[in-house]
Amino acid sequence: MVIQQDKMQSLAARMAQDEVKGRSPWADARKRFFRNKAAMTGLIILIAVALFALLGGYFAQWSNEDLDFAVMGQVATMGAPSLENGHYFGTDDLGRDLFARTVQGTQISLMVGIVGAAIAVIVGTLYGATAGYVGGRTDQIMMRAVDILMSIPYMFVLILLLVMFGRSIAMLFLGIGLISWLDMSRIVRGQTLSLKNREFIEAARATGVPSWKIILRHIVPNLLGVVAVYATLLVPLMILTESFISFLGLGVQEPLTSWGALISEGAGTMNYGTLWQLAFPLFFFVITLFGFFFVGDGLRDALDPKDR
Amino acid sequence: MTKPLLDVRDLRVTFQIRREGAMPWTAPTPLHAVGGVDFSLNPGETLGVVGESGCGKSTLARALIGLVPATGRAEWIDGKDLVAMTPRQMMRYRSDIQMVFQDPLASLNPRMTVGQIIAEPLKTHRPGLSSAEVKTRVKAMMEKVGLLPNQINRYPHEFSGGQCQRIGIARALIVEPKLIICDEPVSALDVSIQAQVINLLIRLQKELGLALVFIAHDLSVVKHISDRVMVLYLGKVMEIGSSDDLFADPQHPYTQALLSAVPVPDPDHDVAGSVVPLSGDLPSPMNPPSGCVFRTRCPRAQAACAEQVPALMGQDHRTACHFPGPLTEEEIARARKTEAA
Ligand SMILES: Nc1ncnc2c1ncn2[C@@H]1O[C@H](COP(=O)(O)OP(=O)(O)O)[C@@H](O)[C@H]1O
Ligand code: SF4
Ligand SMILES: [Mg+2]
Repeated sequence: MVIQQDKMQSLAARMAQDEVKGRSPWADARKRFFRNKAAMTGLIILIAVALFALLGGYFAQWSNEDLDFAVMGQVATMGAPSLENGHYFGTDDLGRDLFARTVQGTQISLMVGIVGAAIAVIVGTLYGATAGYVGGRTDQIMMRAVDILMSIPYMFVLILLLVMFGRSIAMLFLGIGLISWLDMSRIVRGQTLSLKNREFIEAARATGVPSWKIILRHIVPNLLGVVAVYATLLVPLMILTESFISFLGLGVQEPLTSWGALISEGAGTMNYGTLWQLAFPLFFFVITLFGFFFVGDGLRDALDPKDR
Repeated sequence: MTKPLLDVRDLRVTFQIRREGAMPWTAPTPLHAVGGVDFSLNPGETLGVVGESGCGKSTLARALIGLVPATGRAEWIDGKDLVAMTPRQMMRYRSDIQMVFQDPLASLNPRMTVGQIIAEPLKTHRPGLSSAEVKTRVKAMMEKVGLLPNQINRYPHEFSGGQCQRIGIARALIVEPKLIICDEPVSALDVSIQAQVINLLIRLQKELGLALVFIAHDLSVVKHISDRVMVLYLGKVMEIGSSDDLFADPQHPYTQALLSAVPVPDPDHDVAGSVVPLSGDLPSPMNPPSGCVFRTRCPRAQAACAEQVPALMGQDHRTACHFPGPLTEEEIARARKTEAA
């Protein structure tokens, strides 16, 4: 009896001990990511661009819609970037402040990229994980549907949609969202197939965890690495798509603008000595793409399963 | 006589294999991974299952737990047939039958903490428990399997293989099952750790009155823990009997070959002189030998062996062989010669 009591006490003491904090695989990946110089540079660039989009408006001396009558008509001589008249990035061909317009274009382009990638992540992950996990006929039908959607020349359809239903941001998001998840669902399905036969999934099935819970609790968290990498590479792809459409003159509508639209305008007036109209939007466009690619690369290295 | 906890009759698992690049209209080849297994298991008893890798041990385990479709009968103590159950009916029994897996790390989700992993079966089968109660039980179980309860928030990769297997055992035990199927639970562990895990299983079994199906690919591991031992070859039972009987007086040539390879802790014992080599490779389960499946490697094989499938004969100690009995010197010598050739 005495011994028993001793045992119980030591048990109670051990049960009450402070819980040790675990080192999750995410924390490990984060540490590796922060050690990666290229990825950190990319991340800092992206943060700077995001801050520019969010806070740039407060520093603008001009609104993005107002015409500066002082420079109108003589943009090539008067509209160059200058601190004195408040046009930090100069003006566009109509005399609108290019700084304010670049801020706005950055907002729109980033939003298009992030919303597109977000749709891809949510829809593509759930769709692909379900197809891969359920398998069999369901999988075949679901993936055949993706094949069919992929075989449609989506740029053509998107342009058609924009022409038919008018150009609007909502339409653009819809069009980009519709196609962006296809690749993601394929990648996720492939990963799911290889995860499905791992023993921990079998263990969950053996105790009778329902399928939807297995997908959400066991499959998806183990896919997130791949999804995160692919999503960071998808954002610039979406930005490029939008820019291409805007470059064709079918993207966002005035007075809204985007990097694509600004670059298009800048390229149109390149020969008139107003190079800054091309240079500023292009600069932001290029560094952002690089930023995303670096971050995506760094994420891939950090989440590399071989290291785990 | 007590009613067996689990009574398995003629359990079969057949996979339909499509060859790579085969035309879609060609019929798939059947692979009989488990070809009619019979055994019964009493409450609190341990059945050791041995056989070379690829002989259908894991498939047998997965069939019992309803992870692969099977035919035959597997009667639970309440008279219900596990094999014929729908997934919904099976759900009730999943907390009674738990499994411990071969690869300790791979059987734990790397993104979940130990606490979440161990709690999962509990949350699935006892949804009414409060999270505080779940945590208390998880910690008590960790203590029981020899883990420090304060490690509850750690992740699987922070533990050693042996500790991971303890986590796997805790996960299986948390719902108070009656039967645990251990699929080569120590094969992936260092020899020094193997004994610890086996002793833990033995201790827990005594404490909790568990029945165990203990799968291993060599007899030495099984010897220590089993009340009875079943020897499988190409999905079929070769010999089954009480552990003492089977080790002292093996009847089937295959069992004898397996036993002769078990190291004996006796310095005078001439290991090289007593090993009966198994000549040749394991035949493909898609194209098993006719008659006795072991005949291609049996030193005693005769014409009759190719014609008739030997039935499992005997009362408690059962053997599936037309010519059971200890191997003679001559047969051992013959086996050596074929091996050398
Ligand atoms: N899901 C499956 N599909 C097709 N064949 C399988 C499957 N699982 C196992 N097999 C085959 O069944 C046989 C037995 O495998 P297994 O039960 O894993 O053997 P063991 O566990 O004894 O090593 C092997 O030939 C294996 O290739
Ligand atoms: S039946 Fe024949 S081949 Fe099979 S084990 Fe017995 S003696 Fe060997
Ligand atoms: Mg196995």
